[in-house]
Amino acid sequence: MIGPALPRREFWRLTAAGAVGALALWTVAALSGITPRQFLPAPWEVVARLAQLMVEPFVGHTLPVHLASSLQRFGSGFLLAVAVGIPLGLAMAWFPVLDRLVTPLFEAVRFVAPIAWVPFAALWFGTGIGGPVLIIFAGAFPPVLINTYRGAHNVDRKYIEAAQMLGAGAFRSMTQVLLPAAVPSIVAGLRISAGLGWQSLVGAELIVASSGVGYLMVKGQAAVSTSTVMAGMIAIGIVGLLIDMALRRLQARIEQRRGL
Amino acid sequence: MNTPATRRSRWSGPAWTAAAAVLALLTWQLATVQWGWVSTARFPAPAEVWAAFGQIAGEGYGNARWLEHVGRSVLLVTMGFVIASSVGVVLGLAMGASRRVEALVNPVFLILRPIPPLAWIPLAIVWLGLGDAAKIMVIFVAAFVPSVINSYAGVRQIDRPIFEAAAMLDVTGWRYWREVLVPGALPSIFTGLRLSLQASWTTLVAAELVGAVAGLGSILNQAAQDIYPAMILVGMASVAGCGWIMTQGLAWLERRVAPWKAH
Repeated sequence: MIGPALPRREFWRLTAAGAVGALALWTVAALSGITPRQFLPAPWEVVARLAQLMVEPFVGHTLPVHLASSLQRFGSGFLLAVAVGIPLGLAMAWFPVLDRLVTPLFEAVRFVAPIAWVPFAALWFGTGIGGPVLIIFAGAFPPVLINTYRGAHNVDRKYIEAAQMLGAGAFRSMTQVLLPAAVPSIVAGLRISAGLGWQSLVGAELIVASSGVGYLMVKGQAAVSTSTVMAGMIAIGIVGLLIDMALRRLQARIEQRRGL
Repeated sequence: MNTPATRRSRWSGPAWTAAAAVLALLTWQLATVQWGWVSTARFPAPAEVWAAFGQIAGEGYGNARWLEHVGRSVLLVTMGFVIASSVGVVLGLAMGASRRVEALVNPVFLILRPIPPLAWIPLAIVWLGLGDAAKIMVIFVAAFVPSVINSYAGVRQIDRPIFEAAAMLDVTGWRYWREVLVPGALPSIFTGLRLSLQASWTTLVAAELVGAVAGLGSILNQAAQDIYPAMILVGMASVAGCGWIMTQGLAWLERRVAPWKAH
């Protein structure tokens, strides 16, 4: 039997023990000299490096500027995925022919890992903004499409019949019946999309980019500066978390308004 | 009643899939060759892709033949995935079964979880170089998190009466794991394994794109450098095909191991 929730004090004692234990293990490994400090810096050295990167430029820019250019790419790719995915998902739910034709193709393309678009991204767009945007799009598009489609597809038949009886055409049915009904599912899809898109972006920047936090990490790797690489990982983790928190708040708000 | 299930089955017959495939192939052929909408320097024609596949399968491309590339990638994914998911499932079940273990492990997990697997690639290269060890490390990181989370969630979803029955019958120790935790959490464990496997593939391809001697990612990398669109497409299709086959394999395993979960 899984016991009841731990008493507060014990919970915090164990949590602290876990966190301190992990940090201690890391520190001991770093200080023991098994590997040079360059390969395994101590925790505080990573924090210091992170602080330093905030103000001092590395490969051209400071960390906030790198992050801003990453976020700009992320925003473009993500918005593009939303702009294509939601209308297509609604249309697929409304027109069966479209669904029958698009679904098999989509299923086939979906198994291509987003990062495998890198060569075409480079070929089609060079090092311009288009390349990373294509890769983010490839990562963020499937969940938006799938969730919009599912949400619209599961609309209670009554509403569609009522709308049709009142003379709504295809466009009005899609925008005023299917879309509102699908919103909770869409927002859930957006969270998955944002996560995958952010991750694809980081991957894309490792390979084709000349700015951005992924680029910063590659250069840190080339300079064998583990603290820079780790600082980049922390920054990516934090921004990813913030994006997810923002979307989660949106989701909570929408669910609250609908009384879910 | 037009439920999603009945609509789905009526909507996706094999005939429609075939029609979509034929239509796509035809459009592809016409757009690249006959109408010239898309330059073949940017996107290859079907015949070129076929020829490129013949080349890589026969004489080889980028240090190895197609089967060798595929074999290497599949081997690495399998190794990383099996190690990561065995450790991850056990840890996840332990976290689910004991609130103490959960409280102890959670802080580390909460910190590592938001870092995308691909962000580990530079670190793996600094530590382990461009060889197989670095790839297995990244695959491990990628596959680990979903197996832990879903195994943990699986235990927490087991119905309370099952635990009560187990407690009443004094089921403990090894039997408790084998007869209560694992079967109860199995559907969720498999969800985690599927996510882990997908993440493993994505990460491996990315790691191989950054640097590798052979493997599917290195086909892509070499083809991108040679500006050889047909070979890029061969590489992408191989990535998709291998991912698909391995996912099907996992689904087969799930039906064997957990037949009560309708799929």
